[in-house]
This record gives sequence, C-alpha cells and structure tokens, in this order.
Amino acid sequence: MILSLFYVAAAIAVLSTVIALSRTNAAHALIYLIMSLLSVAVIFFIMGAPFAAALEVVIYAGAIMVLFVFVIMMLNLGEAGQAREREWLKPSSWLLPGLFALVLLAELLILQGSMDGTTSGVTVEPKAVGLTLFGPYVLAVELASMLLLAGLVGAYHVGRSFLARDRGGPR
Amino acid sequence: MSETSTLVFGLILLLGAVGVAAGLTWFERRLLGIWQDRYGPNRLGPLGALQVLADMLKLLTKDDWVPPFADRVVFVFAPTAIVIAMLLGFAVVPFSPDMHLLDMNIGLLFFLGMTSLAVYSVLLGGLASNNKYALLGGLRSAAQMISYEVFMGLSLMGVVMLAGSFSLQDIVRAQEGMWFCVHQFLGLYVFLIAGIAESHRLPFDLPEAEHELTAGFHTEYGGMKFAMFMLGEYLGLILISCMMTALFFGGWLGPDFLPPLAWFLLKTGIIILFFILLRAAIPRPRYDQLMSLGWKVMLPLTLVNLAATGAVALWMEG
Repeated sequence: MILSLFYVAAAIAVLSTVIALSRTNAAHALIYLIMSLLSVAVIFFIMGAPFAAALEVVIYAGAIMVLFVFVIMMLNLGEAGQAREREWLKPSSWLLPGLFALVLLAELLILQGSMDGTTSGVTVEPKAVGLTLFGPYVLAVELASMLLLAGLVGAYHVGRSFLARDRGGPR
Repeated sequence: MSETSTLVFGLILLLGAVGVAAGLTWFERRLLGIWQDRYGPNRLGPLGALQVLADMLKLLTKDDWVPPFADRVVFVFAPTAIVIAMLLGFAVVPFSPDMHLLDMNIGLLFFLGMTSLAVYSVLLGGLASNNKYALLGGLRSAAQMISYEVFMGLSLMGVVMLAGSFSLQDIVRAQEGMWFCVHQFLGLYVFLIAGIAESHRLPFDLPEAEHELTAGFHTEYGGMKFAMFMLGEYLGLILISCMMTALFFGGWLGPDFLPPLAWFLLKTGIIILFFILLRAAIPRPRYDQLMSLGWKVMLPLTLVNLAATGAVALWMEG
C-alpha cells in the first residue's frame, strides 16, 4: 500500500517536472512545478519525515513559488516571451543537459544496486529535526541566517534609491 | 474512530463547512444591515434566510463565460484551488476530544501550508484573466499574503512553544489551566490581523478594492466561478475562526454543562461575529499603509513575543 503510494507520488513528481521544463508559457510551467513540489512533499511524508513534508508545502510551494508567480506577473511577457521560450527550447539545446542528466541517472542506478534500504522506517518528529538543527548543525544554521541577512541588506540597498525618489529628491 | 465513521465525519465536515459558508453570506449581510441601520435582505423566507437559495439559483443559471483573451485552463482552475485548499485545512481542526480527521504532530503546519496554497487561486485568477485590474489585484494579493503569512506563522510559534507540540489536540489540552489568549495576547493580536489579511476580507480586501480596481482579481469572473471565489473566502473566514478558537480560546474546553463540540462551535461563532463586526466598523487602509503596518509593527511585535515567550518558557523549566 505505502509502496504503491510512493510510486504514484514519484511518477507524478517526475512527470510534472518534465512537463514544467518543456512548457513555453511560464505560468503553466510554474503550476506544474508547484505540482512537482507537492508530490515531493507527499514522498517526504511517506518516508517518515512529516516535518520536512510540511515545510516543503509551506516554504517551497507556498512561499517561494508564489514569489516566482509574482515576478511573472510583474514582467507579464505574454506572446513575445512565449516565442522566445520556444526559440530556446529547440531540440539541439536539449542535447547537453540531457546527456548530463543521463550520466547522473546511470550513477544513481549503479549506486542503488549497491545499497539497501535508505530509510530506517522511523518517523522523524519535528522535535528531533529541531534538536539536530540547533545541535550538531548549529553552525550551518547560523551561516544560512547570515546569508539571508546579507540578502536582506542587499535588497534594501538596491531598493533605497527607489524609496528615496519616492520621498522626493535623490540621496 | 473506525474507517467508516471517519468517512462519514469527513463528509459531514465538508458539507457542513460549505453549508455554513453559504449561510454566512446571508447572515453577514443581515448583520451588516442591522449595524448600519438598514434592512439587508429581508424578502425571501423568514428574515430573508432563503436569499441564499435565490443567490445560488441565480449564480448557477448564469452563463458560464470565459473571456476569449483569458488563459482558459488556468482561468477555470484558479477558483477551485482556494476551495480545495481551505476545505483540506478543516481536516486538522479539533472539534472535540475525539472529533477530528487528522491529529498529526504537524497539524498546525498543515493548516499554514493549506492557507499558503490558497494564495494561488487569487494569483492565478488575476494572471489568467489578462486584464489590468485583475493583474493589479493579483499582484497586491501576492505581496500582501506573502508578508502576512510570515507573521501568521511566527505569531503561532509562541503557542507551539508553550504547548510543546504542533498537534492541535495537544495545544487545546495544554490550555486546561489557562487559555493561551491570556499569555499570548500579542500572538493573538498578530494572528487576528494576519488572519484577516490572509483571507483578504474587509478591511484588508485590497486585492479586490472596488473603488480603485473595479473588482480586483475576480473582475472577469462570473456565475459559479465567481461563487467559488466567494465560497473560498467564507471558508477561509470559518477556518481562521476555528483555528483561533483552538489555538487561543481553549478549543473545546469549557464547563461541563455543555458538550465540548457545543463549546467549540459557540466560540467559533462569536469569533466569526467579531470578524463581521470588524468589516462594518473599520475603513479600508491604503495599500502602502497595510504593507508598512505589516513589516514595521507586526514583525517586531511577533519577534518580541517570540523572544519573551522563549525566555519565560526556559525560566519556568528552571
């Protein structure tokens, strides 16, 4: 039962990702990408990581993708954008990425043969995730938070001239 | 609960939520009428209660039109997203000690995830309509909802800290001594405002502010598709009220003379009334006022609340 659920979710994830890659309309591509992220969340849940699944929905599908859609709405490319996408998606430009992906797939298959069960079958509670993040991995968390802070300050700096013009006169 | 009783309960929950949402359309207009010293719908049936039926018939028989310039598939898909996401959100609501569809240790996160997925409805509706007013409404809603989602999630972390769990049943049980609305009043305040902004109801309905954007993101929608947006909005209102009851007002806890379910519904009903009163009482802020309120008042407040709650929780532990 669980295994078949996993295969359904995995199939949806792979299919919707492929469709997302091949769309010329950016909005449609994003909808398929959201679908792919949601199915990945289901996979996390099945594998016993409900916290990761919830974060996948809240952060990736619910916040980051919303920002992507936001940007697409701001740019509002329309027909011209689609034509350009079609230009970029011609078969010859698929060749190299496809080749690299095939190499990775082969690697994955070889590795899979040499490994048995990757999950322990235990459900990871949110508390355990928190303890790990702020225990052994606290340095990584702090580094990530500094990176985000740098991004925030950078965004403020870029937007400052715009804000100053709003209040009248450059600074 | 057994398999079949869970199924039956789920079905009752779905139908009940949609039914209450439909009934609220009449109830809200009636109450607004009383508060604004006018009648509201009062012609059909007792106190005009059959107005719901008349509205439904009207919406069902309207021409199901898709504008030729719209992105057809996305246009049709958009209104369903909010209804599905909001209905799924009801799965984690603890109505009484044993009445809930799901009681996971990520219940609260599930609710947050569903509300954040509901944003797509407004966004994609605005984008697919291919209309500048709809696009502006969609843009506004994206910025508004992303910002307020941050405070909404953060304002609940104090509750999670005190209860020590993301499961809503555990959170309700942790309030046996004292409801969280007392020592988490900052969290309650932020959650209330973020809840209104998330369900984009008046006074924070800037995505559809009619005096500047005609009807915002649903300008091009009519008939049942428009009704789906409205249904989603009312479902969101009910869901936010249910969550507020469970998180801050002790959920199904209450003196013994009423059953737990009655306490839960009573509290939720009072909060819904409060939301409707807010709509009647407060004018709509300007868009930049809304955004700066969020980032300059709400965010610092939640962070202060979070730090204070954490400190107190650590101190209590000793």
